[in-house]
Amino acid sequence: MSFKIERVPAPVWMRPLFIVLAVFITFLLVSTLVLAAGASPITAFYELLIDPLTRTGARADILMLATPILFTGIAVAIAFVAGYYNVGAEGQLYAGAILAAWVGVQAEGMQPYVAIPLMLAAGFLAGMVWALVPALLKAYLSVDEVVTTLLLNSVMLFFVSALLNGPWRDPVSNWPQSPTIATSAQFPVIIPRSRVHFGAIMAVIIALATWWMLSRTRFGLELRAIGKNKDAAKFLGIPVKRRLIAAALISGGIAGLAGVSEVGGIHYYLIGTLSPGFGYTGIIVATLGALTIPGVFISALFLSLINRGSISASRELDVPVYLSDVIQAVLLLVTLATLLLTQYRIRRER
Amino acid sequence: MPVIELRGITKRFGSLVANDHVDFDVETGEIHALLGENGAGKSTLMKILYGLYQPDGGEILINGSPVHLKSPADAIANGIGFVSQHFSLVPTFTVSENVLLGHEGGFLIDKAAMKQRVTAMADSLGMNLDPDAVVGKLAVGQQQRVEILKALYRKCRVLIMDEPTAVLTPQDTEKLFETLRHLQAQGMSVIIITHKLNEVLAVSQRVTVLRLGKVVGRTATADTTQTGLAEMMVGRKTVTVVRNSEHKVGDLAKLDVRDLHMTDKRGGLLLRGLSLSARGGEIVGIAGVAGNGQSELVSVLTGMAVPQSGSVLVNVQPMPFGQPKALAKLKIARIPEDRLRGIIGDLSVADNLMLEQSDQFTSFGHLKNRQIRENAEKLIRDFQIKASPNDPARTLSGGNIQKIILARSLAQDPEVIIASQPTRGLDVGATEYVHQKLIEQKQRGAAVLLISEDLDEILVLSDRILVIYEGRIAGEFAAENADIQAIGALMTGANLSPEAGLAGA
Repeated sequence: MSFKIERVPAPVWMRPLFIVLAVFITFLLVSTLVLAAGASPITAFYELLIDPLTRTGARADILMLATPILFTGIAVAIAFVAGYYNVGAEGQLYAGAILAAWVGVQAEGMQPYVAIPLMLAAGFLAGMVWALVPALLKAYLSVDEVVTTLLLNSVMLFFVSALLNGPWRDPVSNWPQSPTIATSAQFPVIIPRSRVHFGAIMAVIIALATWWMLSRTRFGLELRAIGKNKDAAKFLGIPVKRRLIAAALISGGIAGLAGVSEVGGIHYYLIGTLSPGFGYTGIIVATLGALTIPGVFISALFLSLINRGSISASRELDVPVYLSDVIQAVLLLVTLATLLLTQYRIRRER
Repeated sequence: MPVIELRGITKRFGSLVANDHVDFDVETGEIHALLGENGAGKSTLMKILYGLYQPDGGEILINGSPVHLKSPADAIANGIGFVSQHFSLVPTFTVSENVLLGHEGGFLIDKAAMKQRVTAMADSLGMNLDPDAVVGKLAVGQQQRVEILKALYRKCRVLIMDEPTAVLTPQDTEKLFETLRHLQAQGMSVIIITHKLNEVLAVSQRVTVLRLGKVVGRTATADTTQTGLAEMMVGRKTVTVVRNSEHKVGDLAKLDVRDLHMTDKRGGLLLRGLSLSARGGEIVGIAGVAGNGQSELVSVLTGMAVPQSGSVLVNVQPMPFGQPKALAKLKIARIPEDRLRGIIGDLSVADNLMLEQSDQFTSFGHLKNRQIRENAEKLIRDFQIKASPNDPARTLSGGNIQKIILARSLAQDPEVIIASQPTRGLDVGATEYVHQKLIEQKQRGAAVLLISEDLDEILVLSDRILVIYEGRIAGEFAAENADIQAIGALMTGANLSPEAGLAGA
């Protein structure tokens, strides 16, 4: 009797189960860390996963935390669907934030319904511009986009630092931050006594629009075709290069909206720590969501739940708050590993 | 006693028997040619001898004693060297570093000694090779010499060369043959895998001919002629041709290909002034050994490649190059060589049936799902595809995938059909179905260009047969008087002289 590994993809209905399995394995692995910190895993997971849902304030926090990673998750998913591995959402987010903050500062005296759309448009545009060069390099010179988009993140972070420590430093503040945007440019809060803002509505609108685009339009079908089989897509007459560039730009634009949303809805100015890696979390969100928009939606909320839960878990149990980062990272690795398993079947032979 | 003896070697890949009880032997100090069409089993046999494949039956004897070659390392230890068509050289290393790589000896490398040794080896073979030259900057012919030196450095006594001249210019080929004669003079044996008859006659002492996995001939080269070899290689085929003569062949060339030239990145010629035409109502078959420009011709005609010069007219309209989308408008149906490049396996059958004509199924960019489903249901019915519209296309069998490709392109009532290897890998039933569809299309009045490595298929279906050799059409035969020997000879580049007794050149 022996075992044989065959390359047979798992049936479609089985795939969501693999994600659930990945979550389960992750919690098993993380339990060892919780034990090492001297706490009970059961209590810890109660604090992480259940407790935040029982309190109104924490529930609102989850929505607030989910907003930026829903944007970046969608941004990453669109690009990945087309087989364009944009890992530069972080930089594109900051590009959007810079231009949105600039527009916001200039918006003194404008009506909110003028100022806010202007900021959104500016942020989308800035994200697109920051995504443009890697897209062109990829389409016309086959330069690996993983390298270019990733490295441009650092360039953008240093650029933001330079701006905030130099020409754009707020004269009245001691901190390296930009001037505050006009009151009319600040996003309205949509749930009273919380920090859930208009950006959450925008994120949902973008999610619905993207879902429609990917599943119901020819453009979306062509992106999926390119992502699955570039040669065949070319054979079938799809303009592969132009579609790849389009996918990269839309991805960059949506990542830029994440920056707009953080500036307009949370901070009201630009700072160098605007994003604790929302662009990278977007990769986890998109992967966990199996590159589908409903999946991205659920995983953005799930990761925010863990994020919020880790705060109360650390307070109650004295486990480090970084537990949530560990969970995210382990979850990504385990998910990727289990997704690989969906391509194979192990058979017992006699 | 032969240095190498293979007895009754059998190798199966699934249901395909690649080698069927093959006996083969090589004497010390001889150049032995292994001749056969593509897929005859030459490379499989040699990969078994080099330890890359394990035979399902038979035995290998080296100097009279049986050996088990479990890996190339075993083969090398037994004095067998292999120079593949695809070199395994480190382009940034020098000649002597490449020769030494993997066999450096001790911890420290004595550069001077190693260079001296490589130079001495090269000189003894009459090679003019600088041991300090960087391999990536050498011409292909010189890189091949480095590969030969590598084998020699590993004390090889029997050198296998897989289609060594495929990448060489005529001058380099001549130099290679000189090198091989030097090796022979030093008492080494060489096995040269080839399908070029003139090379067999030029360099070998003995020749073994394989066809469909079996040995069909074994002879001293001096006792044979190109005609004799061509006949052994392609066989005497008895083909019953059923052609429907009721339809009319048009006067107009629906497909007119004029003087195509194409070179690869290194300047090698792939198409050298290829011209052909096909009229409505006829199937024109392109016969040829793989690698003589068929793939490039198909790439150009299916919009995937742009030639350096030349033109293609479809119904007297110029066909734009490199624009697959434009071809649908000219009513060109395309059946690609690799059918997995014609479909997107992870998308549904319905999507695959509409993607090539996506304009018909969208309004302002929005997919018309009802029409897409109806189109799929209709084509699945008309072409008897065993699938439902929502199945991912990759779950289908090869025959059903080919039906998807046929369905979506033939449903457009094409004027010209480019069918490349349309039945490769299909079972008998599916093959028959594809043949039937191509005949239906020609009776409808379409011009069909059939490119196939399967000579039988060409003979059965074609009204005219063109032979492609080294990037151009080397000869033309009407189906009624197709002479299989003459076609075989042209395919292999034989010089057709009157005394060889061949017609049709």
